[in-house]
Amino acid sequence: MIADNATITHALDVLCPMHLIISATGHVVHVGPTLQKLRPNVPLVGLSFLEIFDLKRPRAIRTVDALRAAAGTKLHLQLRDHPKTEVKGILVPGTALGESIINLSFGIAVVDAVADYALTSVDFAATDLTIEMLYLVEAKSAAMEASRKLNLRLQGAMIAAEEQAFTDTLTGLKNRRAMDYVLARHASWGKQFGVMQIDLDWFKAVNDSLGHAAGDHVLQTVARIMVEETRDSDTVARVGGDEFVILLPNAHDPGILRRIGKRIIERLSQPILFQEKECQISASIGVAIYDPKSSVPVTDLIDNADVALYASKNGGRGQLTFYSPELRKVAKKVAVHTELRQPKSA
Amino acid sequence: MHGLINRAIQCFVCDSYGWDKWVEATRLAELEFVEFEAMMMYDDDITPRLLDAISVLLDRNRRYIMEDLGTYLVSHPNVEALRRLLRFGGVTFVDFLHSLDELPDRARLAVSDLQLPRTELREHGASCFSLVCECPIPGYGDVMMGVLRTMADDYGVLALLEHQGESQGVETISVSLIETKFAEGRAFELGVRV
Repeated sequence: MIADNATITHALDVLCPMHLIISATGHVVHVGPTLQKLRPNVPLVGLSFLEIFDLKRPRAIRTVDALRAAAGTKLHLQLRDHPKTEVKGILVPGTALGESIINLSFGIAVVDAVADYALTSVDFAATDLTIEMLYLVEAKSAAMEASRKLNLRLQGAMIAAEEQAFTDTLTGLKNRRAMDYVLARHASWGKQFGVMQIDLDWFKAVNDSLGHAAGDHVLQTVARIMVEETRDSDTVARVGGDEFVILLPNAHDPGILRRIGKRIIERLSQPILFQEKECQISASIGVAIYDPKSSVPVTDLIDNADVALYASKNGGRGQLTFYSPELRKVAKKVAVHTELRQPKSA
Repeated sequence: MHGLINRAIQCFVCDSYGWDKWVEATRLAELEFVEFEAMMMYDDDITPRLLDAISVLLDRNRRYIMEDLGTYLVSHPNVEALRRLLRFGGVTFVDFLHSLDELPDRARLAVSDLQLPRTELREHGASCFSLVCECPIPGYGDVMMGVLRTMADDYGVLALLEHQGESQGVETISVSLIETKFAEGRAFELGVRV
């Protein structure tokens, strides 16, 4: 039995609701129900196929004959009017002489297309996987969103953890690790900056006589004073028990550095009250200036500041000294002197 | 239990009773945290403990809370995505009922380690069904009661639901369709731009 045309057309409407049949002249003679929904106000039947669609690939095709010759190959088409939805298609010879059947699908443009044309489940063949694909797109988007939120929270937790790892928990200042990082970063910028190495004087005596609680209180007070006496752009770090380093990126002028250092010493020399008892300390400071033009690497900078600090200590404490290469020679002599003396005192 | 399930319970309590009640519930359940991460796994014993705590806190039978949870999951605007995903299951309410059988597989396609309890729809006539729910946590059938009741409204269907009790880790719900075009129902468009 040979099926009549009406039966075949009905079958195509159900199996391929986005198909159309074109005549030998390239005019639409039948259109599937879903495809017609793409142009609800313009009956497609009677229009020329190549006037409705722009054939993107294969490029060479400009005539109906060429289109028919491309039977069986994948066609990439785009609607000429807005919305200019892209579709994929395939052409096969039809039942009547010269007729062709072209079946279309949205391909990856389906997500936009269902929204643009308000399509529903019944617009797709029951065997079509489009609904499943739309489901997956939404489900995956929701899952990705949940994952993205988790990632953001984890990132926040990581930043907080790093912050902690860079912080001295007793004083809230930066720690040695942070100072190494900040030093390296400033050096890489290639600008001058000042570094102060600060040691508390007589801090051990406070700890020994008044206890660790007093010592902790003194360290916290010292930290507060240092922060108060410096600017936001400066970095104050506690790098050891009673050792501090301040990096001052905007203060490379010796005059300014001296003023800041003097003020810190002055304030730290005021007695600090702890449970109505006076804790008397002071501070010795060594200053070094990083000059990107000089040959001194940043790794030697802290060492230089240290040498200057020892000069301050040896000079009677409560002092500030700028590093100069001569200090190193003096320091060496002192070191040798101390070594020579040591066997006697031991 | 998957974080998504625990997170759903958290959202339900927060959106229905407020953040403070939720924090209280986590304390009562002796959790060491207050926020569930949707994409992480948690010990299985946490979820029942949490549900019991919520029940005590709200002074409400756990079964009612489970049903409220089911209703919340498919009706609250904050979890609209879930209702949409379920609506993809079918054009009609009956289609939807049948799609529940493949719900665990659908869920796994989206989130590979999410294991939802299996359900099986038995058809006794054109408008008479029973949904057999596997219940790793007692009361999953009640959650499904809330889901079905609300989805019936969503499809504009008048249906009678009855929880027929539990036996051997399985809860059964009977579903009788009274009227399939009872009301307009809520609109569902395939394509929604968010």
